[in-house]
Amino acid sequence: MDFLFNLVNGLSLGSIYAIIALGYTMVYGIAKMLNFAHGDVIMVGAYISFCAFQYWGLPPLPSVLAAMIFCTVLGVFIERLAYRPLRSATSLAVLITAIGMSYLLQNVALLIFKSDPKNYPGQIIDLPGLSLFGGQLKISGVTLLTIIANIVIMILLTLFINRTKLGKAMRCVSEDRGAAELMGISVNRTISVTFAIGSALAAIAGVLLCSAYPIFDPYTGSMPGIKAFTAAVFGGIGSIPGAMVGGLLLGVIEILGRAYISTQLADAIVFAVLIIVLLVKPSGLLGKQVREKV
Amino acid sequence: MSKKTHNIIVRVALLLVLVLVACLISSCGQKKEEPAATEAPKAEDVITLKIAHIGPLTGPAAVYGNATSNGGQIAADEINAAGGKYRIEYKTYDDTHDAEIALNCYNKAMDDGAQMIVGTTTTSPCIAVSAQAAKDRTFMLTPSASSTEVTKDKDNMYQICFTDPAQGTASAEYIAQNGLPTKVAVIYNNADAYSTGIYQTFVDKAKELNLEVVSETTFQDNTKDFTVQVNDAKAAGAELVFLPIYYGPASMILQTAAQIDYKPVWFGVDGMDGILDIEGFDKSLAEGVLLLTPFSADAKDEKTQNFVATYQKNYNAIPNQFAADAYDAVYALVAAAEKAGITSDMKAADCCDKLIAAMQEIKVEGVTGTMSWSANGEVTKTPTAVVIKDGKYVGFNN
Repeated sequence: MDFLFNLVNGLSLGSIYAIIALGYTMVYGIAKMLNFAHGDVIMVGAYISFCAFQYWGLPPLPSVLAAMIFCTVLGVFIERLAYRPLRSATSLAVLITAIGMSYLLQNVALLIFKSDPKNYPGQIIDLPGLSLFGGQLKISGVTLLTIIANIVIMILLTLFINRTKLGKAMRCVSEDRGAAELMGISVNRTISVTFAIGSALAAIAGVLLCSAYPIFDPYTGSMPGIKAFTAAVFGGIGSIPGAMVGGLLLGVIEILGRAYISTQLADAIVFAVLIIVLLVKPSGLLGKQVREKV
Repeated sequence: MSKKTHNIIVRVALLLVLVLVACLISSCGQKKEEPAATEAPKAEDVITLKIAHIGPLTGPAAVYGNATSNGGQIAADEINAAGGKYRIEYKTYDDTHDAEIALNCYNKAMDDGAQMIVGTTTTSPCIAVSAQAAKDRTFMLTPSASSTEVTKDKDNMYQICFTDPAQGTASAEYIAQNGLPTKVAVIYNNADAYSTGIYQTFVDKAKELNLEVVSETTFQDNTKDFTVQVNDAKAAGAELVFLPIYYGPASMILQTAAQIDYKPVWFGVDGMDGILDIEGFDKSLAEGVLLLTPFSADAKDEKTQNFVATYQKNYNAIPNQFAADAYDAVYALVAAAEKAGITSDMKAADCCDKLIAAMQEIKVEGVTGTMSWSANGEVTKTPTAVVIKDGKYVGFNN
């Protein structure tokens, strides 16, 4: 029973990592850049939904929608202001800009919301949980919703990328930006859309993260962001099912490691597994092996 | 460079300027709260003490820094209003709970001509600053940095609060002597010197007092999920969970426990102070939480009641232990300065050795108890516990 309890908690944590990782992997796959500000967009999403619910008196669903809309606009805005001017710069410059953007978001949030932790209202996601084995194993509504949302989002994203025109444009941009532009695809618009989707996902991740682990502050997004980035690399960065698998595995390994090996070594175990996977399969679990042309 | 890129760069620049302006405005706002630097009239017999307070007004530990800033300010205001021999210039520097920034704050305070320091509020910055202050010969009295590392090998460093080992030992003694459950679990932050320090002495003392520690689990800063730790305590049948940790993770632990219907006695230390101030936190979850503290806001003595009333009037909140510690720190410094014969024109380095000698001789009756100090900078006073009842701290067993 303990094992099942830990497994469910691992899946719950992993699903949140997976949703965040989806944002990382999409932006990386298409724009070929690591958006380190992604974790902080999650934090913004959490704050906006918190304010919408607590201060502006919106009902739960519109609060979440408000967060999604705000984050979408924010994501596109960040891309426009900070990343687009660097489109032809070295990837290192873009990376540093992304880290800078991450700090900017954290500090602006600090300025506005102050640093005292807040407690995320449980009413935003108020779903009945499951009680299994005569009440011995309880799965909270948030956990169930996170796992389901994760699967739905993954399927929708895969369909979007494989079946729609915009998705096709994204794949083209991902494969060869120059050629895509020659074929009449607007690279800038495609990347903007990618950021819009990624940031809307970040808002959802923020709501789910804070519903499951309710204490949050302006630094809340950074650690899950890094873990999710690890998950994306683990699963094969650029691959959507990879992000999902990577996220879930990371969560489960973290919780089981903590439960059965050592609470002190949980993070070390996670990263040790990552190193082993990358040694054996450098492109990640589901990543594509791309041969460099010389 | 195309015109479009140029436009974007201009826009980025504008955005940055906006952010800078916002930062400036907000920091101006903070400065307003500080007292005017030149309010004391320079009469012959009035001695002005320049006290710098270093603590986190922003950042993850801002709750503590704001409390110590406010508490010290009240003491300074009282002393200035009383019109005695001393005037206090009390100025707070924001270290954001970062050791490096704290050092910068310290240097800034020295440049501003501070004679002595109340601070720093939190442990890690305090270790860094006290090392520098020991070299420069600057006297420091921390309201709340409780690690022994803070005072170790530094004769210029004194504490108002209990040390971590003292908190761990006192907690174990308190549990054993007050009929609390003896089957104990501990959850602590193994990435934090404060938490591990208390844990270590608690476990040692618990063994001595025949408390049965059935579960010991850890977490790190940024840990989000506490299900494993709480479940471990539950599965081991612990009836009391000792939490030598800060209030943020503690509130997560309380919520996790509520989800799996686990209701032990919760016992915290000074880091738990602040749990009732979390916006949106369901205070009923903290019902019955015990915490070891030398200060209880509902104590009946006149000193405490005056302090609490002023604090409520000025800051619209009930002062916690940190505010009380800083309040006592300012009074203790004035008492030591009187004993040592500090004058307005003395430099920090001139005051240091005199204050060190004076600290060991004085006895201060403050809101956190009657305090005296040993040569290693540690305080002696009696610990008490408070319990959270109806969302408020109430004295336990008194």
